[in-house]
Amino acid sequence: MHDPHVILKVISKFLVPFIALFAFYVQFHGDFGPGGGFQAGVILAAAVILYALIFGLDAAKKAFPPSWIRIGMSLGVLLYGGTGVLTWILGGDFLSYGVLAHDPTHGQHYGIIAVELGVLCSVTTVMIAIFYAFGSRQPEVNEDNW
Amino acid sequence: MLLSYVVSPTIILDVALMAILIIVAFSIVRMRSLFAIVMLQGVYSLVSAAWFVSLDAVDVAFTEAAVGAGVSTVLMLAAMLLANRKSDPVPISKQIAPLLVVLIAGLAMFYAIGDMPAYGDVNSPANTGVGMDYIERTTKEIHIPNVVTAVLASYRGYDTFGEAVVIFSAGLGVLLLLGLNGNAGRWTARPTGRQIYPPIAPSANSRLIASRDNIKLSKGSIIEKPSSVNLRKSKNNRLKDKGNN
Repeated sequence: MHDPHVILKVISKFLVPFIALFAFYVQFHGDFGPGGGFQAGVILAAAVILYALIFGLDAAKKAFPPSWIRIGMSLGVLLYGGTGVLTWILGGDFLSYGVLAHDPTHGQHYGIIAVELGVLCSVTTVMIAIFYAFGSRQPEVNEDNW
Repeated sequence: MLLSYVVSPTIILDVALMAILIIVAFSIVRMRSLFAIVMLQGVYSLVSAAWFVSLDAVDVAFTEAAVGAGVSTVLMLAAMLLANRKSDPVPISKQIAPLLVVLIAGLAMFYAIGDMPAYGDVNSPANTGVGMDYIERTTKEIHIPNVVTAVLASYRGYDTFGEAVVIFSAGLGVLLLLGLNGNAGRWTARPTGRQIYPPIAPSANSRLIASRDNIKLSKGSIIEKPSSVNLRKSKNNRLKDKGNN
């Protein structure tokens, strides 16, 4: 069968893993360069959304199941709040990461990494959730109607 | 002094980018095709991201490029599919009041420019007070080069926690209102627009009608009965949709 989008499909299939990899680079390099949880989360969601735009919503839902969304968004906030509660338990103020390690600066590093991971989880899954919710509301559009 | 200020390459770049922004904004206002407008909004976000880079606000530029040009363009496209492809022209009589509002607000902003600190002013609020404090203390207390991350995650950890909760509740609201499977085949929209109608009564309506009929029944039966009917109905529709495809 003749597929009019073969170039788009090949190129984006090649690009999606690199976009995801870049998102993780932005996430874990956020201490040293621009970026952080918010940016990385949106870029990771953009990778899934690009996949959904090219290969269809059903394929994207197989790659990133909707059941992950509820878990991911709650896990993110829980990770952030949990870090704060952990610092409480260890004797510090809420979200004062210095108590997480012997060296306060190391504690700050651990705390920032944990908190940014929480933000990444929430932002990624919420962005994908909004896209799934909007994207599922209409039938597929014919090529001529654009 | 003045000459070097005028020919500074970053100033030329800034002015060029802002000129592009203004041109794009005017073409968005003048256009009627919603598809072109959505695309131009993406262009606007991308150009403003480039402008933020030129202002050394790389973190903001990052977010603007990813959210404004990427995700929100896709969301606007998805919303556009449910509506008309073209906006109706607005009669001139209805344009006067918005024009007045825009003019007054714009003039007020121009009036306020006089009170703003000059670009790169050492004595501006951003360069005195708590901002400098963060820059000094980050190297000592946190040992990371990116002060933005330090401020965001550590010094202003409460604010960021609030933001994460806001995002979480936004997602929660979308899930509660729309659900992840959207209409699940209950609503149809024609690509040409306008004809958004439920082929069979959607769940909210039928529940209302059913509850009105069964108003004298016990509470449990009102809630249980229509919902099971709805489930069956939506399943049938999904099957029908599959058959049509």
